[in-house]
Amino acid sequence: MAKTAPDEDKQPETAAEEEAEKQAHESEELEIPALDAELGEKLREELGDERLIEMYETMVLIRRFEEQAGRAYQMGKIKGFCHLYIGQEAVAMGSIGALEERDYVVAAYREHGQALARGLDPDAVMAELFGKVDGVSKGKGGSMHLFDTDKNFYGGWGIVGGQIPTATGVAFAAKYRDEEAVCLCYMGDGTVPQGAFHESLNMASTWDLPVVYIIENNRYGMGTAVERISAETDMFKKADGYAMEGVLVEDGQDVFKVYDAIKTAAERGRKENRPTLVEIRTYRYRGHSMSDPATYRTKEEVEREQRKDPIQRFTRWLVENELKTEDELKEIDARCKQRAKDAVKFADKADFPPASALTEDVYVDWPWEIE
Amino acid sequence: MRTIAYREALNEAMVEEMERDEDVFLLGEEVAEYNGAYKVSQGMLDKFGPKRVIDTPIAELGFAGLGIGAAMVGLKPIVEMMTFNFAVLALDQVINTAAKMRYMSGGQLSCPVVVRGAGGAGGALGAQHSQSLEAQYAHVPGLKVMMPSTPYDAKGMLKTAIRDPDPVIFIEGEILYGLQGEVPEEEYTIPMGKGDIKREGADCTLIAWSRMVHVCKQAADKLADEGIDVEVVDLRSLRPFDKDLLRESIKKTNRAVIVEEGWPWVSVGGAVADWIARDLFDWLDAPVGRVHQRDVPMPYAFNLEDASLPGTEQVIEAVKKAAYVA
Ligand SMILES: Cc1ncc(C[n+]2csc(CCOP(=O)(O)OP(=O)(O)O)c2C)c(N)n1
Repeated sequence: MAKTAPDEDKQPETAAEEEAEKQAHESEELEIPALDAELGEKLREELGDERLIEMYETMVLIRRFEEQAGRAYQMGKIKGFCHLYIGQEAVAMGSIGALEERDYVVAAYREHGQALARGLDPDAVMAELFGKVDGVSKGKGGSMHLFDTDKNFYGGWGIVGGQIPTATGVAFAAKYRDEEAVCLCYMGDGTVPQGAFHESLNMASTWDLPVVYIIENNRYGMGTAVERISAETDMFKKADGYAMEGVLVEDGQDVFKVYDAIKTAAERGRKENRPTLVEIRTYRYRGHSMSDPATYRTKEEVEREQRKDPIQRFTRWLVENELKTEDELKEIDARCKQRAKDAVKFADKADFPPASALTEDVYVDWPWEIE
Repeated sequence: MRTIAYREALNEAMVEEMERDEDVFLLGEEVAEYNGAYKVSQGMLDKFGPKRVIDTPIAELGFAGLGIGAAMVGLKPIVEMMTFNFAVLALDQVINTAAKMRYMSGGQLSCPVVVRGAGGAGGALGAQHSQSLEAQYAHVPGLKVMMPSTPYDAKGMLKTAIRDPDPVIFIEGEILYGLQGEVPEEEYTIPMGKGDIKREGADCTLIAWSRMVHVCKQAADKLADEGIDVEVVDLRSLRPFDKDLLRESIKKTNRAVIVEEGWPWVSVGGAVADWIARDLFDWLDAPVGRVHQRDVPMPYAFNLEDASLPGTEQVIEAVKKAAYVA
């Protein structure tokens, strides 16, 4: 199998180590669960090989991009908070892959992955993390506040839960204007106890709004495990309280399963204006943010979860189904690595915003004296 | 005297008060098992157990309200807001319930709750995470608002806040948590509403609180090199604020400049300036000066963040203007 997935930072130094790692990998490989074969076949027919490979490439790009972002943070080029998405790539790609151009995406603060999956320019996303004027939000948003209206990408929210009512409003507008578009709204498991979640679901269901609420259940909100903050840990069941469809994707590291669930939910939104709550179980490999050593979980747990790596499994599926050879996939990986490095170069070279930008965009540029 | 960090001083204040009074308990996000997002509650779970040091869901309105309810019937909760940016979600409970419980129950009830956590700007956290929102609280009758600038003050003031029979909003400086300072081993408290002179001077009074006290002290040192002798007054408590101390200082210097980290319009600085202009009009040799954040949301870009926050340069300029030497 092509070794595409493991973190680049963990590459072994010596030949002996490399050999040891290879062996370790081979024995581990046996334990890697396969992607859903039946769904894979179905999606291959529905989407075509090329689209599946595109989706794969985007997932690899997200991972490589995040690795570069992590490094840039350590070098002080990215400041503030930086929440990496490594491990959750199948969620972003599986869900956004099921969207159409006219649909909307609203995300929280861990949104680099969703932004790239939605097709935002990696250069512009990296430049935003660097605080540069060529960033998607002209350097004034930063890691937590990525916006690109051309791509109907609204998000980046630093306030937990703040995005949920707003996403509901985006869906409201889509219905109001008969757009037959749906709004995907991402949140973490830690967000579910918040009032904004419950208020929003109630309105969306009462008023038939085309919104898909996605709980990316990576089991922790900062250092707090799900069962310590939620009486009901099957979070998709909260849908019952609001008379809406609730769906669980238990294996959120399987991009096909995510795609399938969101495709159905998105159609329900577009065709029937009905909301759906989808809980997707996944895992984040890194700490909550760059400053979190994540000591609240064991090494064994992290390793166990990494065996279900969404990219490694996709890699294997592509090879076994002969869509690509190992070598071809290595090429894709090399291309993504280079793309991520190029983004860093671009961001490095870009300028900081001019001083005059400080007071721009507080209000629309509008004369105070209206005649 | 021994030296400890601002965050340790706060920790000691809570620990001592919890040891002293069974009714005091701490709740908030990540305060227990994680030892606090800013490590202010380090070790407290081990000391007091999960009954008194409680991790909450990310539900600010809910857990602040829970604390307020517990306070109404006699407990003394310390509600930690990870930062005051998130405390905005709890404003309904704080303003509509805690602040007026004594008043609207005709004095039958009170809410001896402390809502505390990090406030202030900096560190390139962007518009939703980098704000000085003290004016929201200082505006509301029924609330007391404290903002310590040093480890010494932090400990003495927090102990007072916890013992206070009314709701106290206690805003810590996010950038100050690592600041070291002298803190005595023996027990002491700092009375509510008492300001402090952090540097004596004769030519102009700089009025500040929290992190801006340090900016003012730096500016004062530089101004001293130029022969301008500045007094730095730390308000420490924004509501009530120390009118006597301000009167004394301004009668001596005849000039005042207020330095705040927050926005200028309808702000604490604006209110203090208004009070000085009325109460001490005859003593002023110049209009009351003001230094503050630029009137914009905080930009993420590192260069713009600096350009938005008040620094020593602006303070020096304002003092010179007040002293007519600019
Ligand atoms: C209202 C509010 N409270 C607290 C925080 C601090 N905070 C930021 S992220 C976070 C944990 C969120 O976890 P989760 O929703 O599960 O998302 P994940 O990090 O797993 O993607 C907390 C407590 C915040 N940003 N906003």
